[in-house]
Amino acid sequence: MDISRMDDLVAQALAGDRRAIARLISTVEQGGAEARQVLSRIYPHTGRAHIVGITGAPGTGKSTLVAELAKAYRKQNLSVGIVAVDPTSPFSGGAILGDRIRMRDLATDPNIFIRSMATRGSLGGLARATADAAHVLDAAGYAVILVETVGAGQSEVDIARMAHTTLVIQMPASGDEIQAIKAGILEIADIIVVNKADLPGADQAVAALEAMLDLNSGHTEWHHGRLFQIEGVLAGGDQVKHSWRPPVLKTCALRGEGIEELVQAIAAHLQYQRESGLHQQREHDRAAEQLQRILRYTLLEQLLERIPKHALQETVEHIVAREQDPYSAAEALIAQARLLS
Amino acid sequence: MHDQETMVSIAKAKEEWERTTLHDTLAKWPERYEQFITTSGAPVERLYTPLDIADLDYERDLGFPGQYPFTRGIHPTMYRGRLWTMRMFAGFGSAEETNARYKYLLAHGETGLSVAFDFPTLYGYDTDHPLAEGEFGKCGVAVSSLADMEILFDGIPVDEITTSMTINGPAAVIWAMYIAAAEKRGIPMAKLGGTIQNDILKEYIAQKSWLFPPEPSMRLIVDTFEFGSKYLPKWNTISISGYHIREAGATAAQELAFTLADGMTYVQAAIDRGLDVDSFAPRLSFFFNAHNDFFEEIAKFRAARRIWAHVMKERFKAKDPRSWWLRFHTQTAGCSLTAQQPENNIVRTTIQALAAVLGGTQSLHTNSMDEALALPSELAVRIALRTQQIIAHESGVANSVDPLAGSYLVESWTNRLEKEAYEYFDKIEALGGVIPAIEKGFFQREIAASAYRYQREIEERKRIVVGVNEYQMDVPLTIPLLKLDPEGERRQRERLARVRRERDNRLLQQRLAALRRAAKGTENLMPYILDAVRAYGTLGEICDVLREVFGEYREPVII
Amino acid sequence: MVRERKIRVLIAKPGLDGHDRGAKVVARALRDAGMEVIYTGLRQTPEMIAQAALQEDVDVVGLSILSGAHMTLVPRVMDLLKQMGLEHVAVFVGGIIPDEDVPALRCLGVKGIYGPGTALSDIVQAIRQEVEGRE
Repeated sequence: MDISRMDDLVAQALAGDRRAIARLISTVEQGGAEARQVLSRIYPHTGRAHIVGITGAPGTGKSTLVAELAKAYRKQNLSVGIVAVDPTSPFSGGAILGDRIRMRDLATDPNIFIRSMATRGSLGGLARATADAAHVLDAAGYAVILVETVGAGQSEVDIARMAHTTLVIQMPASGDEIQAIKAGILEIADIIVVNKADLPGADQAVAALEAMLDLNSGHTEWHHGRLFQIEGVLAGGDQVKHSWRPPVLKTCALRGEGIEELVQAIAAHLQYQRESGLHQQREHDRAAEQLQRILRYTLLEQLLERIPKHALQETVEHIVAREQDPYSAAEALIAQARLLS
Repeated sequence: MHDQETMVSIAKAKEEWERTTLHDTLAKWPERYEQFITTSGAPVERLYTPLDIADLDYERDLGFPGQYPFTRGIHPTMYRGRLWTMRMFAGFGSAEETNARYKYLLAHGETGLSVAFDFPTLYGYDTDHPLAEGEFGKCGVAVSSLADMEILFDGIPVDEITTSMTINGPAAVIWAMYIAAAEKRGIPMAKLGGTIQNDILKEYIAQKSWLFPPEPSMRLIVDTFEFGSKYLPKWNTISISGYHIREAGATAAQELAFTLADGMTYVQAAIDRGLDVDSFAPRLSFFFNAHNDFFEEIAKFRAARRIWAHVMKERFKAKDPRSWWLRFHTQTAGCSLTAQQPENNIVRTTIQALAAVLGGTQSLHTNSMDEALALPSELAVRIALRTQQIIAHESGVANSVDPLAGSYLVESWTNRLEKEAYEYFDKIEALGGVIPAIEKGFFQREIAASAYRYQREIEERKRIVVGVNEYQMDVPLTIPLLKLDPEGERRQRERLARVRRERDNRLLQQRLAALRRAAKGTENLMPYILDAVRAYGTLGEICDVLREVFGEYREPVII
Repeated sequence: MVRERKIRVLIAKPGLDGHDRGAKVVARALRDAGMEVIYTGLRQTPEMIAQAALQEDVDVVGLSILSGAHMTLVPRVMDLLKQMGLEHVAVFVGGIIPDEDVPALRCLGVKGIYGPGTALSDIVQAIRQEVEGRE
């Protein structure tokens, strides 16, 4: 893409042109130099949207819940961007993205933009791609951005890094068995939702989650700062002590029940963050984290450009043969690259 | 089948045969495939012997026709007494055009009618609904009001002939229109015979023409059971259908298991309403697919009868032997037809129809050769009907009851399919029953996987489809296709507008209001629907009232 | 971290017919060929399809129609795509399409028309050629 074409697309996207938005999302999703150019152009226009992450195991009804949330925001006359992520097949690299089936009612609303995205391999790359897609939608003026991801471990944490508010979706488990809740999942949740609450066991699930929250609060501060804490000077100023206890809400998205309460809870969380200074802190942490990530990536990229491919391969062979250890090998390659510059 | 001593002797002889005769042959001439499979992907042995049915107990497992467990047929004399009903599924365009087709079919020896409705009708929309655009009359006849139904059956003796109607979500409304149309001709409902498909579970599972969520849908169905058992004793109030499950890609075992599981769900729902099982069970009917794999299909039909008899007697404690009967209609497999060299479809259909007859079907539709291309032309549908007549009168297969019983292969496969069905019943039970399994996408996933596997087998040439991946020809199509009357839609829209203008709209509003009130309660809705239909309420208007009260179904995401 | 460029395909069922066997089989085949398939489900209006194509920035739209309503629905979809500036999106149609309708659909700009018995590999190849030929 040449520069003037990119400038045009960015201008159009900022003005809300949906085709330009769609193209830019493809570009940033792809990553690489073009993506960086796009992102640097739109950056000044970001930071206005409320980004809400929605995560939970498959089958918990995330897409339906997202659709219902979008409808509720539309009633408040807010525009809504949706990024829905589905897994890529590890065998073929292809994917079937089916979230739009659930969002049928939103399909022709001019103030809703839905984008399906595949994980495409690395989960780290996914976090970047979803964050960047959300930035494009943010810059284009969408007031609320709902990012729905596959409930697969690391991606949940990654969502929490990016979102202002993270919803963790659970559903009543069959029988007495309460759905196994992964370690750490409660720590990333700002709001816990027990969806499909019409199924038996909803109240037990709520009670179990509340009990787990109580247990956790005994020795953990409800701070998300920990997740963003990074080594060294980049870590932000004083950690803000705060006391947001994630509410546990029941919804039945299929029937639209409990959605109003959920929307209120999301708004309350945003307000709490603003008043407590947490919002500021998160913004700061996010920026720091992002900067560090970009630095790390850019340096790596520059370094790799200077090291011939065969040199890398040879070093790998040496390491495998135990002729060299990876630590000294890395240092040697860096030193070599510096000499070349 | 045989005594222990004989079995040991046969086993020995078989081993000997394998070691010598067979071994020598295989050494010289290897077989065409390493593994042979049925259309459903089940393995096929080289040879079946008494050893494969060693546990078969004739009286317990087969018995005599007309007697429990009905493996050999529900009637003692089967086709020697009366041939199956030759019932050709037909409908296209406006009521006028389809009425003419029915008269044509009857004139050529058809013995029962079967109505195909267009998509807007199947979804409970009138012809002038925005979503109906482009769909009028394409896959069936459009029926938006009683006025259309009157024309559809004009001049047809509905008190003498039975009519089957393929309608599900709005079945109660269409049935009411049929009843009201007969009533206007002075024919009381008690004299009407026929079938409404009325099987919503397989819509969620396979065919996807649903209106309401499961709970109100089941209520409407039980309403029709109850109404039918009181006022239309000759009417089959449901046709529990495997046909569409199979068409969506299921295997024979899946078709069998899912259909019978649906059947059990309906029976349970009616019992839960407080109906006596013997009051409605004799009016339950079934509808199966006849696919290519000749013996597997025959085994499927026989297994279905045996399982159903057992379930009705043992599980639901039905006492009337008629409640134990599995009566079924069969249609040859539409999905097996090829657009390439369409004349070959006549042969496919013949083989499939033969399987249905040897499987003991009560009625049969044979597909026309051109159905992979368009709606059937008169010529094509006549050949399809003649196919049945040739089987009935020339082939001789209808002259003896269940002639394949005792075949080692057929009995062994009957047992296998029965066993596979019970395994599926257990899985469905473990998921909480049919409706929870639908909501979890169990059936949809099973079927989509089978469909994909089948297609891959064709791609990889593990399966030969004549004219498609072998023996192809690149010749232009020569068979004449049906053209719809371009005036049909205009005529239909005008009639609809006239109905809305000329009826007593105040009366209709009262009746729709009464229906709305009843829908919010728990009463049987049939009388209210019938009243609204009599006042010329349209299909769309009546379904809208129900949609408003019941909501609409949303499909789980299964790809 | 440059993510591999993937062919994106929208598979949609316009109109009322619920026979989604073909659409699902094709969706799986395209996935297995490494493409990203956006599946929108049943009963899609032409407006929904065009909007989805726009927002998802797809290379290809595949329409599955077995009801015979193709001569009404396909022109509407093509029209809307054009209005939205999506002329570059290749449209393929699968289903029961009589030979006599093929020239008219081609005339509208439909790139490929596939009836019963089409090999999945043919569809995959046609899409690859179409998309790669454009780049």
